[in-house]
Amino acid sequence: MVAKDTILSVDRLTVRFDASPPLLKRLVTGAGRRTVHAVEEVDFEVARGSTFALVGESGCGKSTIARTIAGIQAPTGGSISFMGVDIAGFRTRHAAMPYRRNLQMIFQDPYASLNPRWRIGRIVAEPILTHGLMKPGAALKARVAELLETVGLSPGDTAKFPHQFSGGQRQRISIARALASNPAFVVCDEPTSALDVSVQAQILNLMKRLQRERGLTYLLISHNLAVVAHMADAMGVMYLGRLVEQGNAAQILARPLHPYTRLLLDTVPNPRAPNRARARLSGEVPSPLAPPSGCAFHPRCPLANARCARERPQPIRVEAALVACHAVEEGRLPSRPRANENCLAIPGDAA
Amino acid sequence: MSALLSVQGLRVEIAQRHRVLTAVDDVSFDIAAGEILGVVGESGAGKSVTGTAVLGLLERPAYQAAGRILFDGRRIDTLDEDAMRALRGREIAAVFQDPLTSLDPLMTIGDQLVETMRTHLDLTQAEAVERAARLLAEVGIPAPRERLASYPHEMSGGMRQRVVLALAFCCEPRLIIADEPTTALDVSIQAQILDLLRAMCRERGTAVMLVTHDMGVIAEVTDHVAVMYAGRLVEVGPTRRLLAAAAHPYTRGLMASIPDMYRRDEELMQIPGSMPRLDAPVPGCAFHPRCPQALARCAGERPPSFTTGASQVACWLADPAGRSAA
Ligand SMILES: Nc1ncnc2c1ncn2[C@@H]1O[C@H](COP(=O)(O)OP(=O)(O)OP(=O)(O)O)[C@@H](O)[C@H]1O
Ligand SMILES: Nc1ncnc2c1ncn2[C@@H]1O[C@H](COP(=O)(O)OP(=O)(O)OP(=O)(O)O)[C@@H](O)[C@H]1O
Ligand code: SF4
Ligand code: SF4
Ligand SMILES: [Mg+2]
Ligand SMILES: [Mg+2]
Repeated sequence: MVAKDTILSVDRLTVRFDASPPLLKRLVTGAGRRTVHAVEEVDFEVARGSTFALVGESGCGKSTIARTIAGIQAPTGGSISFMGVDIAGFRTRHAAMPYRRNLQMIFQDPYASLNPRWRIGRIVAEPILTHGLMKPGAALKARVAELLETVGLSPGDTAKFPHQFSGGQRQRISIARALASNPAFVVCDEPTSALDVSVQAQILNLMKRLQRERGLTYLLISHNLAVVAHMADAMGVMYLGRLVEQGNAAQILARPLHPYTRLLLDTVPNPRAPNRARARLSGEVPSPLAPPSGCAFHPRCPLANARCARERPQPIRVEAALVACHAVEEGRLPSRPRANENCLAIPGDAA
Repeated sequence: MSALLSVQGLRVEIAQRHRVLTAVDDVSFDIAAGEILGVVGESGAGKSVTGTAVLGLLERPAYQAAGRILFDGRRIDTLDEDAMRALRGREIAAVFQDPLTSLDPLMTIGDQLVETMRTHLDLTQAEAVERAARLLAEVGIPAPRERLASYPHEMSGGMRQRVVLALAFCCEPRLIIADEPTTALDVSIQAQILDLLRAMCRERGTAVMLVTHDMGVIAEVTDHVAVMYAGRLVEVGPTRRLLAAAAHPYTRGLMASIPDMYRRDEELMQIPGSMPRLDAPVPGCAFHPRCPQALARCAGERPPSFTTGASQVACWLADPAGRSAA
């Protein structure tokens, strides 16, 4: 059942990559085919006008989900329903066009995502022209200038090239480009990780303002859990291609249930408490080439038992969250001291 | 204590058709062996340009216009290209903001590591392969032996960044210039990499210049912090002191903009306006149009660096004479 205000619904999404050695090498060495299980049976829904955040270890599949939703990567299985239409099923780029206009992406890397040979004006105008929303001319120029002003750049920047801007300025250009076709949904893959905290505050405030004014929906990927806490209404925690916990962001951040989510939150460095001992995830980082049996987290989980190694946990509902963990289901999850705001001790040097 | 790296009065200019822009101006700092200096500041403030200058990698139209850079007491900004390249491979390593610029897309990561090590260290092919796999494991790459055969495009953003770190560590350099080395990484890998950096500093006396936007990282690993704004250092001091009681109004604004894990405000604190552009420099203190505490003299007179306690602060508020006069 898809609720009425659901703008995006991802259903059993699976993305695998073939990472086999070349055929000849396989024949000579007897090596088998190798498959990267980047995303496995991921389900989630995003409500219109809200922000859904994806978090998890590097390489767990977040960008792959983002690229699949944005239509850059084809799924291996499952469906993606956007504004009620299965966009994963489109065979050609052309058929997907009307939906693409509503679905734009801001990339992790402001260096690689802007064409270095294009001037800023052309970069920002490109989605408008691609989708046939305006013709070249004075009106388009005015629109581009307006977009640049919206993100805090100057209309005089249109004749410059990307290399003439700093990382933060380039990310503003990406945002201006993403907004150009007036989309309903913006996939933001680490939109502020290249920015200093004061520009980050400006960009996050800008994203929130645009959400309020235009009813934008965001899929936000970030390693910075403070950014997620600030932006997200709902969130999903991924581990090795799977969603292990998802639901209301405030609840998950305050009362995480999945052992991986708990470890993730305990590992966050806090500038206001620099000497707090951070937890460390122990054990070998698992490989998406050969995911562990049962619960993929079991080799590193402090609560793992024999069942965890054998049987994959199914998500169960706990208040406003869905959690896939046997310990939660069996009621053997220890209680967790509530995270509180630590104060910074002032060093004893004289001013 | 003598510094392993000493940057003195560095000025970097960018030549344009009709004028010359100043990207970095009068920047001086030292890093001792075994010390980690954190560098923070506004996007575009000149952090990467400073790191690039130390590495001797400034490219036209940017060039060093003034100042001296000393490594282990020896001037390196005047070395020729070959001598500098040798130093860079062996004694000074770089980790750039953008992992793709450091990796060859057409070579497997195993080949890249092995080639780098064999160029600079006396290792056999087998020893180099062994060491490459161990390095990948140390930076948290799963299935390191199989990953040696991967190409950069087959890895996630964070995995590529870890490969770049392995490349930087592989020849045991004495100085590492790391530009945003952990921003693409999740917090647990980040913690692992920072542990590794810290261990290298402690055990081998490696010095690190760590450019980062993450104040949590600054708090955890750095000994001193340098804050840059509009091409200049505005505050340098011991990390604990700077985080607890920043003296420069820009640093204070920066600290106030950090989102808090345990509070959700509708709006984050933000410093109004933006940093002056290189082509429209501001007279006096470059921060004065945005400074909530600006004094009358700030618009006309550029504040020099004042010493307060263990910190240097370029702000008229820190002027001992000014305070009593005002
Ligand atoms: N084109 C590809 N070919 C082979 N493997 C790939 C490809 N693209 C991604 N992968 C693999 O899929 C997995 C998921 O990668 P993805 O980029 O989605 O991770 P991520 O969660 O975004 O990580 P990060 O936080 O580091 O950006 C990784 O193991 C990666 O190596
Ligand atoms: N080759 C170049 N040509 C023109 N301007 C340049 C060039 N390289 C750098 N700049 C300018 O120099 C200034 C400093 O850039 P730098 O990359 O050092 O900033 P940064 O502090 O590293 O910022 P960020 O945090 O966004 O990475 C910026 O205004 C940038 O636009
Ligand atoms: S299912 Fe078992 S191994 Fe997995 S997270 Fe829960 S307790 Fe740990
Ligand atoms: S010198 Fe003046 S304008 Fe600059 S930071 Fe200090 S008080 Fe503010
Ligand atoms: Mg990613
Ligand atoms: Mg930079």
